[in-house]
Amino acid sequence: MAVIKLSEDKINFIKDVCKSFHNDGGEVINVLHKVQGEYGYLSAEVQELVAKELNIPVSRVYGIVSFYSFFTMTPKGKHPISVCLGTACYVRGAEKVLDELKRQLGVEVGGTTPDGKFSLNCLRCVGACGLAPVAMIGDKVYGRLTPDKVKEVLAEYND
Amino acid sequence: MTKIKTHVLCCGGTGCKASASDEIISTFEKLLKEKGLQDEVQVIRTGCFGFCEKGPIVKMLPDNTFYTQVKPEDVEKIINEHIIKGRKVTDLLYLDPENKQHVADSKHMGFYKKQLRIALRNCGFINPEDIDEYISRGGYEAIAKVLGEMTPQQVIDEITKSGLRGRGGAGFPTGVKWGLCAKNQADQKYVICNADEGDPGAFMDRSIMEGDPNSIIEAMAICGYAIGATKGLVYIRAEYPLAIHRLQVAIAQAREYGLLGDDILGSGFNFDIELRYGAGAFVCGEETALIHSMEGKRGEPTLKPPFPAVSGYMAKPSNVNNVETFANIPIIITKGADWFASIGSEKSKGTKVFALAGQINNVGLIEVPMGTTLRDIIYEIGGGIKGGRKFKAVQTGGPSGGCLTEKHLDTAIDYDSLMAAGSMMGSGGMVVMDDTSCMVAIAKFYLEFTCEESCGKCSPCRIGNKRMLEILNKITEGNGTMDDLQELRNLAAVIKDTALCGLGQTSPNPVLSTLDNFWDEYVEHVVDKKCRAGVCKKLMNYVIDKDKCIGCGKCAKNCPAEAISKTSYIAEGHKLPSMEIDTTKCIKCGACMSGCKFDAISVK
Repeated sequence: MAVIKLSEDKINFIKDVCKSFHNDGGEVINVLHKVQGEYGYLSAEVQELVAKELNIPVSRVYGIVSFYSFFTMTPKGKHPISVCLGTACYVRGAEKVLDELKRQLGVEVGGTTPDGKFSLNCLRCVGACGLAPVAMIGDKVYGRLTPDKVKEVLAEYND
Repeated sequence: MTKIKTHVLCCGGTGCKASASDEIISTFEKLLKEKGLQDEVQVIRTGCFGFCEKGPIVKMLPDNTFYTQVKPEDVEKIINEHIIKGRKVTDLLYLDPENKQHVADSKHMGFYKKQLRIALRNCGFINPEDIDEYISRGGYEAIAKVLGEMTPQQVIDEITKSGLRGRGGAGFPTGVKWGLCAKNQADQKYVICNADEGDPGAFMDRSIMEGDPNSIIEAMAICGYAIGATKGLVYIRAEYPLAIHRLQVAIAQAREYGLLGDDILGSGFNFDIELRYGAGAFVCGEETALIHSMEGKRGEPTLKPPFPAVSGYMAKPSNVNNVETFANIPIIITKGADWFASIGSEKSKGTKVFALAGQINNVGLIEVPMGTTLRDIIYEIGGGIKGGRKFKAVQTGGPSGGCLTEKHLDTAIDYDSLMAAGSMMGSGGMVVMDDTSCMVAIAKFYLEFTCEESCGKCSPCRIGNKRMLEILNKITEGNGTMDDLQELRNLAAVIKDTALCGLGQTSPNPVLSTLDNFWDEYVEHVVDKKCRAGVCKKLMNYVIDKDKCIGCGKCAKNCPAEAISKTSYIAEGHKLPSMEIDTTKCIKCGACMSGCKFDAISVK
């Protein structure tokens, strides 16, 4: 078992979240939502702490984190990019947009650029099929994308 | 006495929000204030109008003018012309593609003409964050009627008589389901709303929750009364932040009005609702998996029986219905089962909401009576195929459904006819494809989805689908054999028979329906090593146009496989001989084409 090396603040935050759900093991998914919402990902140490607080085995927490695609164990970039590969986007050329993003960022799906600025992922349907193909950067939805527009969109994030 | 003369309804659904509808609303509010019109004109952020293709939508009441693709900079013009001078802003009106005329009233637009909105009755009409607007359109009348005049059994009988079937996909009669749960005695029962809309390409549940959340709350309370439950749970995708927010607002307002909580409307009936969040797992749409997920476990399905009606959430009797099913309940109670049963086809009553997407002119959310033909949906409502291309297929039912072709266009669609045609209703995703879609690649696309989303509990789904996907990969890479096609069918039959849950049992459908309807395309991939849509990369050939090639040799330098060499042909006006590609050596990386400055290389 890894030695817990989380900061005091983080430990307190996680303990408070668990407490707000009455340290009930049945609420583990809600707890993980809150914790990931704050820190962006769920490290092994975080999962151990959650398990301890909710009095359930770590294996159960890990089982849940690895089962649901919404949870991630790797930190995302400052601007996480999610390309929709739902059917509507797929038939309107989402794959070509994804290829162009991969090319321009130099990362594969699931990867993060070396400077930590962008991470690239896929998701299935944000429900904005009218604007297909769609990608999200952070919370912003970009619709009607084409490979030509990729450069322009990424340029919005030049600091 | 209210002085409001004009209402401006602006779509605040996810699609229109992504194209700046928030900015449009704030611009309206700011400019109206500047012009001192804020007491005469009310701006309302509504749910989805359905016509996402032409979003953002702004609708003016009372004259029903429907402005499309509005930009924040158009707002001033709308105020000056429409509101102040009473003249319509013609260039923002919908342009009928047939006769090139502007249409002002949405009632006369092809997209709306053939629709009948029951589940979507309030979407785009009311402010979803104001319970009073829902009430002003007859909201919460049904719960009052149920609590005041009906016994639980009468409610169940009414829903059964209406013929309403589950809109989540399988089409089980809703009233019968309620009756099963009502029969079981327990100290606690649960009403569960399945809002885990995971089918890629379907967004009707999201739109209902965003546009009319109170209808779901009212329906769940009615269900609670009918089956004897005091607790409701909504299992909703965490990917739908706006829908979550609107439900939370609506629940809080309903509690404040005494429409949720203890002793609702003085009847002695208690009912309250909590939200539970999904975390991105398609299989959680299956009711037993959903219940496990709500209990804080991995969302793995279990064998039925026991059905949730006997042992569901926390091993208590539970009734699970999907969002759209619930949205139909209040209006069935107020207008009566006979009215509802008069709409639709013989065995499928009422309407169905479809998310129309893909290569079609009018992408959006539509609601039509059961029994409407695919032709009416695609050509009348959907406005036909984008760019005037040729219709090839329409996929219904998502990863559990199949692809229908031209020969099915005149089929009156309902649960049974879609099943007979080798597809299914599913949640109502409808993705239209033209000749740029390769049907083998589409089958592969769905199978990739199923493989990714398989929970891994049963081997037919976990291993069987993987084997099918490998075969499809082999075919799209040009290494398939005719035996592989037979093997696909064998595997599909075994998976259908032996998988544990609905996800596994239906996962071969996209492959089977494309094998049935597009056999020629599979054979082309296998025998001729050709992909007619030009989608399967490995089956494409890069060719150099010898008359355009100036013989610079850059492509040969770029080629990692040394597949390009000089010919002896020198085109007129050129000094060097042109190059050619040896297709047996080519690895189809495309490096030659992207490096050519003379557009001499193309894909055939």
